[in-house]
Amino acid sequence: MKNAGELAVSARRSFLGKATLTAAALALLSGRDALAASHAGALKEAGDIAILNVALGLEHEGINAYQLGAQSGLLQKPVLDVAVRFQTDHKEHRDALVATIRKLGGKPVEEKALGDYAKALKADTLKSQADVLELAARLELGATNAYLGVIPSFKDAQLAKVAARLAADEVMHWTVLNNALGKPLPAGSLSFGA
Amino acid sequence: MKLRLLACAALAAQVFSVHAADAARGRQLYESRCGACHSIDDNRAGPAHRGVYGRKVGLAAGFDYSPAVKASKVVWNEKTLDRWLANPEQLIPGQKMGFSVPEVKDRADLVEFLKLHSSKRP
Repeated sequence: MKNAGELAVSARRSFLGKATLTAAALALLSGRDALAASHAGALKEAGDIAILNVALGLEHEGINAYQLGAQSGLLQKPVLDVAVRFQTDHKEHRDALVATIRKLGGKPVEEKALGDYAKALKADTLKSQADVLELAARLELGATNAYLGVIPSFKDAQLAKVAARLAADEVMHWTVLNNALGKPLPAGSLSFGA
Repeated sequence: MKLRLLACAALAAQVFSVHAADAARGRQLYESRCGACHSIDDNRAGPAHRGVYGRKVGLAAGFDYSPAVKASKVVWNEKTLDRWLANPEQLIPGQKMGFSVPEVKDRADLVEFLKLHSSKRP
């Protein structure tokens, strides 16, 4: 596992990424305005809204997973700071998705209670910092593969691009977590989304 | 003639073994491709899968299915699961899953894995 200094560096680097993400989220929302207005209510978008809502469900789960980790008392600084930072990313993803779904005329799927996520994610089995990081890494990798997997299903190419950008953020999270756990890089290229 | 029959049988067995569905590989695929949204025993972004094989669609307790899936009379078996995984929207228009599995072998292995969890929770 990485030491505190290395993780602090990772956290600072992640912070730089956050500024980009925030700008990206804003660009996403502003960029969707005209398109959303011109297509709202169109049948072809129903499928896209459904996919975005599944993505929103993943973001809800990610936010709550990091919440469970932060509340567990198992995370030590600076790992805790990194986890909170990643949770903030997922909150920004959530906000961007909610706004986009609404602008397309859809109803965003609602967040469940924290206890529901705790049960589904088997939070009671988390006994160490490494357990929490393993869970977070697993979820980030799953989300990466899910986002990559739905790209071909979007009718709107701009939304496909959004899914790709979300996947890129999840890969960044996974890479940091994987590194903190002392695990090797993927054996070969094109490992994500396979 | 007998030898020829034996040879044919051996060849058929070999072909079958190459193409036989592999539940262990299906489990790996399930974890890597389906695991973001699904688990066997808990509803997540997608419904829980225990008992899915052999039952009608839309019956995972507590999951908020789309109206399209709720109204569907499809029963999950090898054929319908294969069609679903290949193109969910084509099988049940209006459903919510945007993910598909293009490869036939991958779908067969996933279905084989789901079959292992066709009974109720132990």
